[in-house]
Amino acid sequence: MAEIRTLHDAVAELIHDGDTVAMEGFTHLIPFAAAHEVIRQGITDLTVVRMTPDVVYDRLIGAGLVRKLVFSWGGNPGVGSLHRFRDAVENGWPRTLELDEHSHAGMANRYVAGASGLPFAVLRGYRGSDLATRTDTVSTVTCPFTGEELAAVRALNPDVTVIHAQQADRDGNVQLWGLTGVQKEAALAAKRVLVTVEEIVDVLEPRPRGIVLPGWVVTAVAHVPGGAHPSYAAGYSVRDNDAYAAWDAVSRDRDAFRAWLKDHVYDGSEPR
Amino acid sequence: MTTDATAPAGSPGAPEAGWTSDELMTVNAARALSGARTCFVGIGLPSTAANLARHTANPGLVLIYESGTLGSKPTRLPLSIGDGELADTADAVVSVPEIFNYWLQAGRIDVGFLGAAQVDRFANINTTVVDRGPGRPEGRLPGAGGAPEIAANCGRVLMVLRHSTRNFVRRLDFTTTVGHGTGPGDRERLGLRGAGPTAVITDLGILRPDPETAELVLTDLHPGVTVGQVRAATGWDLRVAADPVTTAPPAEAELATLRALKAAGRSAA
Repeated sequence: MAEIRTLHDAVAELIHDGDTVAMEGFTHLIPFAAAHEVIRQGITDLTVVRMTPDVVYDRLIGAGLVRKLVFSWGGNPGVGSLHRFRDAVENGWPRTLELDEHSHAGMANRYVAGASGLPFAVLRGYRGSDLATRTDTVSTVTCPFTGEELAAVRALNPDVTVIHAQQADRDGNVQLWGLTGVQKEAALAAKRVLVTVEEIVDVLEPRPRGIVLPGWVVTAVAHVPGGAHPSYAAGYSVRDNDAYAAWDAVSRDRDAFRAWLKDHVYDGSEPR
Repeated sequence: MTTDATAPAGSPGAPEAGWTSDELMTVNAARALSGARTCFVGIGLPSTAANLARHTANPGLVLIYESGTLGSKPTRLPLSIGDGELADTADAVVSVPEIFNYWLQAGRIDVGFLGAAQVDRFANINTTVVDRGPGRPEGRLPGAGGAPEIAANCGRVLMVLRHSTRNFVRRLDFTTTVGHGTGPGDRERLGLRGAGPTAVITDLGILRPDPETAELVLTDLHPGVTVGQVRAATGWDLRVAADPVTTAPPAEAELATLRALKAAGRSAA
């Protein structure tokens, strides 16, 4: 059964230097508070995995904690570029960033393979794209029944997957609803799973479109209300589009970014 | 990046300054969705056009977003493909692996609607990196997202982007997403099952692939735009249809609806 821990202790125990970490949530339910705790603890040399790196990985990358990024779309949704990501890729600041770049369909299927205990997944994809020339995790496979050539993508099995959910009960069973993205697959593909939640309840009431992760596949749960901000948790908060827009100016400038990190992350303005 | 380029009076595309060149583009992109049943919608310009179509040319259009929503009916323009309203107003919400595998890959979606950073004469797309010259690092773009598989597996593809020599290039720096490859037969050879791009709608006009050569040809001009202006904004020697047509000016209802959608999006953001 999952243990209920403080965010500080859960991050310290589950995430280590050099780990491969997936923090998923497709625009909705992005585990920002957990990422900020990783920054505060200075856990480094990480390989980070996310379909959409989003502002959450822009911060980790800018903080210098990321060695390699596995992803499929690296923009600030509806706003523009991720400037810390671009600065790392284009200028190696604050350190060089290795990329393993895919399409969304490829990334989704890599998690499906990982969750299914398979070494790879098959899809109709990548054909004719230069993407396959820059990664060793895309290949082709011939269908043994029809002879058709299809794309093969290597399974993703993170050391740790971190997600944010609306609720958990006291046994660590977790429920999330609304846009649930690829979180179920990312969690089941990982060796360890950390879930931050808006609320801990006595009884999980089944929700329309909800998915439940039983406590026995979750390593730790931390109670972190608002832990998705500026992303959101349906039923608890709305997406802070102004904060996403404001990140553009902060992240363009290295000094402004550092000042922001000091004020909003290192000085611990969030619950621990 | 998301701000409108307001055309000054007398400039191409805005003969009486009754609309902006971006509005011309979006209105024509929405009209291109007439008759479609289902549309896989990219964020940005395609989402604006698809939402306008649902309020004008095609009220029954089923909007599908890669965040996992089938049949979204937002009343304001979403800022991201994961805005809560897309899920709250949807007929069904599914996981991301399901949207890509069961719905897109299985060939259930009529139209894929994409934006692009760079397009070449065969409507191939680059959204990954741009070459900035000798001794300089590649310029980084966001990447592929859903586009390669959207373009491969939808029945047909529409593209919408602003017209300039920066966007319409002789040679892509990187092929992220295949349109018509290197010409006729390439899609079949690669096993891409949909028809590929059938129209590229810009702020100056509309380009469509020649049925024989698959090369983009200028077939439509927006009101007040000349062939010379379009050719000057294209990075290759653009072919022009024998008798290009002029698109109908935006109707009052189209403009009013578009402006209301955008205003509602801004006030919610």
